[in-house]
Amino acid sequence: MKLLKLVPDNTNIRFLRWRVPFYVISTLLILASWGLILTKGLNLGVDFVGGQMIRVTFERTAEAPVAELRQTVGQLGYGEPIIQQFGKPNEVSIRMKLPEGSERNTDLADQMARKITASIKEGHPDARIDGVDSVSGKVSGELFKTGMQALIAAVIAISIYIWVRFEWQFGVGALYALVHDVSLTLGLFAVTQMEFDLNIVAAILTLIGYSLNDTIVVYDRIRENLKKYRRMPMPELLDLSVNETLSRTIVTSLSVLITLLALLLLGPNVIFGFTAAITLGIFVGTYSSVYMAAPILIWLKVSSSSFVQVESEIERQERLAREKS
Amino acid sequence: MLDFPRWKQLWLWSITLLACFAALPSLLAVGGVSLPQALPSPMINLGLDLAGGSHILLEANPEQVKRQRLETMEEDVRARMRNAEKPIRIGEISTKDGTVSFMVADPGQVDAAREELQTLTSGAQLTGQRDWDLQVLDGNRIVLRPTQAGIDLAISQAMDTATEVVRKRIDALGTREPTIIRQGANRIVVQVPGLKDPQALKNLLGQTAKLEFKLVDSLALPSDVAQGIAPPGSEIVPLVADPRTGQTGGAIAVKRLGGIKGDRLTNAQQAFDQQTNEAIVNITFDQQGGAKFAKLTTENVGKPFAIILDGKVLSSPVINEPIIGGTARISGSFTVESANQLAIALRSGALPVDLKVVEERSVGPDLGADSIEKGMIAFGVGTIALMLFMLATYGRFGVYTNLALIINTLMILGIMAIMNTTLTLPGIAGFVLTIGAAVDANVLINERIREERARGRKVIQAVEMGYTEASRAIFDANITNVIAATLMFLFGSGPVRGFAIVLMIGIATSVFTAVTLTRMWVVGWLRRARPSELVL
Repeated sequence: MKLLKLVPDNTNIRFLRWRVPFYVISTLLILASWGLILTKGLNLGVDFVGGQMIRVTFERTAEAPVAELRQTVGQLGYGEPIIQQFGKPNEVSIRMKLPEGSERNTDLADQMARKITASIKEGHPDARIDGVDSVSGKVSGELFKTGMQALIAAVIAISIYIWVRFEWQFGVGALYALVHDVSLTLGLFAVTQMEFDLNIVAAILTLIGYSLNDTIVVYDRIRENLKKYRRMPMPELLDLSVNETLSRTIVTSLSVLITLLALLLLGPNVIFGFTAAITLGIFVGTYSSVYMAAPILIWLKVSSSSFVQVESEIERQERLAREKS
Repeated sequence: MLDFPRWKQLWLWSITLLACFAALPSLLAVGGVSLPQALPSPMINLGLDLAGGSHILLEANPEQVKRQRLETMEEDVRARMRNAEKPIRIGEISTKDGTVSFMVADPGQVDAAREELQTLTSGAQLTGQRDWDLQVLDGNRIVLRPTQAGIDLAISQAMDTATEVVRKRIDALGTREPTIIRQGANRIVVQVPGLKDPQALKNLLGQTAKLEFKLVDSLALPSDVAQGIAPPGSEIVPLVADPRTGQTGGAIAVKRLGGIKGDRLTNAQQAFDQQTNEAIVNITFDQQGGAKFAKLTTENVGKPFAIILDGKVLSSPVINEPIIGGTARISGSFTVESANQLAIALRSGALPVDLKVVEERSVGPDLGADSIEKGMIAFGVGTIALMLFMLATYGRFGVYTNLALIINTLMILGIMAIMNTTLTLPGIAGFVLTIGAAVDANVLINERIREERARGRKVIQAVEMGYTEASRAIFDANITNVIAATLMFLFGSGPVRGFAIVLMIGIATSVFTAVTLTRMWVVGWLRRARPSELVL
């Protein structure tokens, strides 16, 4: 049986030859992302800014009448709605600010939801109300705070772990790669103005985990090679490590992409943004492990003396056998 | 390497089978089959986003609890001073600035007053902390200041009672399997699966149902009442809005003292007025409440009294004759529905604090069903495609990888069922992702074996190197994922938590299946076949 081999044996691609231009581009991308996030802003969902979101599916209409809905709902006197399609063209989310005074009298929010759904159903009997979320400003503020805490805590805790398990330079490298991944993903949300809600925070945490998985595999190999080839110059050694793990990188990325694509194309529409964020993260994360996490080790002057040589049992036996002969 | 003792194999297989069996009831339930009652059948709960239903977060205002405590203290102080062995005369009690303070008319009685208040301020806690600090200022002014411990305890008790009342009310609605949990210091989470109309539920929970009967101050000038000026000893209470027109307006003056609370009820039922055919609520007092009510009505025949619900006057009928039977009827332009809700609320007791809805999420049942179906299809297609890919890439080793994958899936489901966790929509995504990532462990191992073979190592040594060398990276990578998942669980809420739980279980099972189990199979095969060459 002939097996599928996506990557030939003993590749020797000099990935790191382009490390400087890639570094410049990536750093510019990070800056651009933050520029966009700060100027354009994220399209924060009701989870984070409070308000009301009504999800509607038009069961017998191919495309939701967004413009008409905007007008109908806008005329109710609750201010301008934010209407977005998500997943499929016949599914929309309608977001409203909570009416004035609803902090004290929660009936006002209910009245608004009832009026909006009634006005939609009137014009479109096939409209199916899939859900109503009302989040008060106080709760949304807390959700935002805890969400950001989770992100920052995760990034820091993981970097510390890598520092402990490897060397401080590796911790810095992993941290930079993570900042890169998170920034670019946030940047994507700023560009596309996809809705940013609690689920997306989970998605970002997931891609942090995935990107790290990748970084660690490369780092593990670098550590191993540093012990093995004590005299090899760093750029060469990094190239060797990346090439040696290349087949694994490709196969794993493809595996995860296969499952994610299934979820993206066939899965529930409600989590479209969520899966889209993770899918992007797979690409960004794989790239950052090679071009962000690895070259930084050259600049931070990692060398084989950073690690003490450890010989495995098999290697010892083989060396003894060699010496005997 | 080839050393894999029989007891260890048995042990691994029994863990695997146990976890997989636990997944059976949940899997069968999808197909509509249920196991006989006698068998233990752990089930995975479906989150609201999948099953449809309502999630409501209620919040109480701690300030209200503090204020109520001051008022209760004020009444208690007055009663204690009056009922003391030698009555102690005191001046007006002030409850400003969060303290209860009053003058003792005769400075010589201050110590006696302090003695009387002893039991009120000491608190019932085992820690010995006081509920109130007692201070004497200027010789004869006593100031009672609530301690933080006392306030915390009061809020906590109020929330416990509130949770209980909420549970009773929801049970009265007849909804199935509600989840009612206290959250933080002053919040209650209510989750009711499969609820189509959350409105009735919210109306019911939004009602504090604090019922009071107070005498109307008929001497108050209507012009003063209109301006909100209450005569000494009275207070202005607004009239309830008309449920049909929604109109508000109007208020009456009632006497602050001398009324009774409507909390001592044994029953409350919606009924109809036989003459006007209006909806009313019949209430039955318990013995003590009945006696108090009889006393109030006997002493005030011919005077109007106000029936006050949650700080609004429902009606103010004139007492025609003493009501001594222990039953009373509340009228007040109800609709049948609102009278019924009030009856339920009164039966389940008043909430000790007002609860406000600060977050509400409801999901229609159709969407949930749709999500489950699509999620399962996506999962099925994704898994099959992945397995084909593994088979094509790693041959025999791909078969082991795929077997590990199937067992991994069953184990995650099984453990989720045993732990009685809830599967949410992001949870399904976490599931799919876990499967994708679990394969990574096998990819690492298989690639490493390939590499070691290419370097010229013998089959058995290459396999051993593959497992040991790859394990290091697998271990580090999984630990970092555990860190991310733990933080998600600690900081996250709702959907994020559901995702984190699946991720954590998945990390544990995937290391077990992808590393430990496949190793057992590979070793078994190497021992049987003793291959000199690997197709990899």
